[in-house]
Amino acid sequence: MLSLVRSLWEVFRHTFARRVTVQYPEQKAYLSPRYRGRIVLTRDPDGGERCVACNLCAVACPVACISLQATEDEHGRRYPEFFRINFSRCIFCGYCEEACPTYAIQLTPDCEMGEYKRQNLVYEKTDLMIDGPGKYPDYNFWRVAGVAIGGKDKGQAENELPPVDTHSLMP
Amino acid sequence: MRLNLFPLLVIAVVLFVVLNLSAGLIWVERRLLALWQDRYGPNRVGPFGLGQILADSIKLFTKEDWIPPFADKPVFILAPAIVVATSLISFAVVPFAPGFVIADLNIGILFLLAMSSLGVYSVVLAGWSSNNKYSLLGGIRAAAQMMSYEVFMGLSLLGSVILAGSFRLTDIVEAQRGLWFVVPQFLGFILFLIAGVAETRRLPFDLAEAESELIAGFHSEYSGMKFGMFFVGEYIGVILVSAAISLLFFGGWLGPVLPPALWFAVKTMFFICLFILLRAALPRPRFDQLMSWGWKVMLPLALVNLLVTGAVVLARR
Repeated sequence: MLSLVRSLWEVFRHTFARRVTVQYPEQKAYLSPRYRGRIVLTRDPDGGERCVACNLCAVACPVACISLQATEDEHGRRYPEFFRINFSRCIFCGYCEEACPTYAIQLTPDCEMGEYKRQNLVYEKTDLMIDGPGKYPDYNFWRVAGVAIGGKDKGQAENELPPVDTHSLMP
Repeated sequence: MRLNLFPLLVIAVVLFVVLNLSAGLIWVERRLLALWQDRYGPNRVGPFGLGQILADSIKLFTKEDWIPPFADKPVFILAPAIVVATSLISFAVVPFAPGFVIADLNIGILFLLAMSSLGVYSVVLAGWSSNNKYSLLGGIRAAAQMMSYEVFMGLSLLGSVILAGSFRLTDIVEAQRGLWFVVPQFLGFILFLIAGVAETRRLPFDLAEAESELIAGFHSEYSGMKFGMFFVGEYIGVILVSAAISLLFFGGWLGPVLPPALWFAVKTMFFICLFILLRAALPRPRFDQLMSWGWKVMLPLALVNLLVTGAVVLARR
């Protein structure tokens, strides 16, 4: 009986306790930079597309929500002709980001993606592409990759020596 | 002409206040529960979330009103009406202020008890006509609970009746001009409070609904406004018991400075909040605990209280 009265009193004291509710639309909870939210496609520091349309993200995706078509430009640079993410399927697991060899696809701390029409959840390349480099500001895939493309031959990338001439006898 | 119209006016005012208050209690209860659980509760619709009352009402009115094909249809429809009707009729004898009462019966308390006893029909019939084992279990539980707790509910307030020497509620209130009956009748007050909670099937004693065991008990099969009637009926019951407590033990409308009706409202509101606090704080007892409490503890205590009060009143005469 006494314990009932005590619990009544304990609960009543909560009248003056601070409320823990976060009033969401006005106050927002902190989301860390590594939060797995809306997916974006980033660009190199010089503004070129990072995505090389290797399809690894689409393969890694457990719900198959990514679809893309690879193509090449006049310099031999691969890029996606279209890049489509169906966010009504996406489970925000982040496997695409882990699979990406060029840091092109990244997850961002934004989760406010509500839509009234399901079709509006299918994001095209124009919706996904952002102007900046995202979480890796100095990374430029084509500058560090040993691939030859138009305007850059083998051995001309950063921190790279010219390839060894196997026909020469010189050391 | 004025004499004929006045009771009608009182009835209209009482109906308006009670029905609106019982709808408003949905909001009050949710806000208070939230307060005691360190949350906010409904605060979005309108100022302080008051529009939630309207939104809830619209929702209840527009929901599909489904009667299960296996139910006993006439009884199924009748049951929710009974609880609201009996609770509302009880307000006929509740004096809100001196002179402001629909029917100042000289057996007001007996009428109050009789009407609250009739309320049990609603629950039992609802449980039975739903033709659903959980509903039936809820109905049976409610019947047993309300019967057992009614016994000492009546006995617990007889102390006040002895002190006032009248069954008329206005007389009882007037008799408390010197001292509220809660002081000489503290045990009676506690007993009546517990019995009142059990009588309205409010949370520590909501074994008739017991979500965790019986889905929703006797109103499992109810939907739409029929469910709403049970809902409103429960809140009217809460208001009624709170009003009865303030009348019988806390001097009803008596109080300094403020107008009598306001005093009555303040006291009633205090006990409504106490009801909600009980809901927020206390766990539900087992059914056998409830029964043994009622018969083995509360009933003897009520009898002893009655005996002692009677003896003291006789000795002082």
